[in-house]
Amino acid sequence: MNKVWIPVTFVAFTLSACVTINIYFPAAAAEKAADKIIDEVWQTQKADKPVEPAAKEQK
Amino acid sequence: MNTNGMSFYKNLVKFFVALFVLTAALNTFAVDLEVNTPGVNAIKQSMQTRHAQLAAYYASGAVGLTADGMIALRDAGTVPLAQRQAVNALVSAENNDRNTLYAEIANANGHPEWQAEIRSTFAQRWVQHAQPGWWVQGNGGWKQK
Repeated sequence: MNKVWIPVTFVAFTLSACVTINIYFPAAAAEKAADKIIDEVWQTQKADKPVEPAAKEQK
Repeated sequence: MNTNGMSFYKNLVKFFVALFVLTAALNTFAVDLEVNTPGVNAIKQSMQTRHAQLAAYYASGAVGLTADGMIALRDAGTVPLAQRQAVNALVSAENNDRNTLYAEIANANGHPEWQAEIRSTFAQRWVQHAQPGWWVQGNGGWKQK
């Protein structure tokens, strides 16, 4: 019955890992978001963006 | 007791598989940062307008991009005396906006503590997007891109 502690440990470890994943900083997503904002602020990618001077759309 | 043990392990394997799938799904769907808020859009707009004035100073080397995601007056000597105050005002307004932008993105995503990481991500990306000839701050000081 001693063996029961092995899976219990695994489960505890895995659950804690899941929680960790969710509070991790999403570096790739942040880069993507930064690129998008920088392109708009610096107008470095005019092709796919029709410049919204007064567009304050929500959501 | 032994059979109970076996089925326990089988269930455990099922549990792990389910957990893995769930985690993968969560990572797929929750991977985008929210940047489309009224606050972020307003700052973006303000920075975009200001950039029309700042671009010339980036190009002349008067203003450079710092390693911490800000901008700084690098070489005041290239700015005519009459314009210096205006440039300083532009730089400080831009830095205000940038600080607000980083905080706003962190808050919009429910993680105010991400602000420093967002700032350092932006710092790298600003430099990456900088045009050739602009000055950027690296580990060893200013260098021209």
